[in-house]
Amino acid sequence: MEGLERILGEHRLFVGLPQPFVALAAGCARNVAFNAGDYLFRSGDPADWIYLVRHGHVALEAAVPGRGAVMFETVSEGDVAGLTWLLPPYRWDHDARAIEPTRALALDATCLRNKWETDHDLGCEVLKRFLGLLVQKVNAARFQVLDIYARHY
Amino acid sequence: MPAITEPLAPAEGDPMLPRIVRVGKRARDHNGTVTLTLESADEMPLPTFRPGQFTMLYVFGVGEIPVSISGDAADETCLVQTVRAVGAVSQAVTELQPGDTLGLRRPFGTAWPLEDLNGRDVVIVAGGLGLAPLRSVIYHVLANRARFGNVALLYGARNPADILFRSQLEMWRKRLDVQLDVMVDHADSSWHGRVGAVTLLLPRLAVDAARATALVCGPEVMMRFVAAGLSDTGIPDSSIWVSLERNMECAIGLCGHCQVEGLFVCKDGPVLRYDRVRRLMGVKEL
Repeated sequence: MEGLERILGEHRLFVGLPQPFVALAAGCARNVAFNAGDYLFRSGDPADWIYLVRHGHVALEAAVPGRGAVMFETVSEGDVAGLTWLLPPYRWDHDARAIEPTRALALDATCLRNKWETDHDLGCEVLKRFLGLLVQKVNAARFQVLDIYARHY
Repeated sequence: MPAITEPLAPAEGDPMLPRIVRVGKRARDHNGTVTLTLESADEMPLPTFRPGQFTMLYVFGVGEIPVSISGDAADETCLVQTVRAVGAVSQAVTELQPGDTLGLRRPFGTAWPLEDLNGRDVVIVAGGLGLAPLRSVIYHVLANRARFGNVALLYGARNPADILFRSQLEMWRKRLDVQLDVMVDHADSSWHGRVGAVTLLLPRLAVDAARATALVCGPEVMMRFVAAGLSDTGIPDSSIWVSLERNMECAIGLCGHCQVEGLFVCKDGPVLRYDRVRRLMGVKEL
């Protein structure tokens, strides 16, 4: 457990989180590994796990008719794969596929959600961090939607 | 295209008069982008330049456009320029073949602050064809690597097929003394690199923000996002430089085509400090 606490506390998303909160969250964590080509999750599956990537590279993809799997983002060390575990209906809306051997810390989403329901301070701290990440992702998605490299230049 | 070899003007003469140069090599990069190696067509040496400057290239009978210099400033035997076909003149420039001649007006504008980079961490962020005017800086930084602290090169492109200077990027990636990340907006499953907005790379920069200088070039909206993101990482706005592009015609601050409020981008720019242009970059349609 101590090892998981340390790893969680060192992850970019949790750096600076008060130690008691890290310990609480670490109670929901376990180490996982994926080979290249393995799926962390698939679209439509229940969003039961939160994957904090430690090493490796994961493609987030959506199937587009006639175009196959379109990669719209990749995540790597320090990133989080998938955010739909945050809100009902807790279901993945895209695929996550390891491009290379990948190690991650998997947090049991139900466990974490239950803990923050009983400890709102923990919930607030954790949600603030994921909210920041969400804003970063929304801004990045806007940037991509603008298709800024299409003309000009 | 018939070859014209008579010089129209001395190299250091009237800046409005082009001199004649010859296409030595032509390399097609991707989707309508061509890199021309220009050589002197007479006995006079080619003009020297400072990274970040541009020249006016004149295709006889078609017209004249500003074009970034993408070559090595240390190599005075040729002038390397990269053009994407987006209009009639740029299309004509990309169709020039080795041996063809064209008009060139001398390098104009401000340069990247290379002297200020000494002893500092260097962040280079390029988007799309914006890598071209920064390639001269990259040559300089890599050739004098010991003068700088950490060096990060971030490059964003629309998709893997649109990556400029791809083989060179792969070569630079092998160096252990440079953080190089390429990010594309979209890709299919055959791409094994990063996908997403180039701004997502900024929080991962391995530099000391207080002693870093950032050079940014790309579509203006990209520079706006990136410069703001760099600012968020703690790099002072006075240490962030951008390269603006406007409709430059005379290139010497006379005609006013490139004027943005009190700035003549051809003369006061194209390379400008972010704290000087941050407000202007946020004005719609300016």
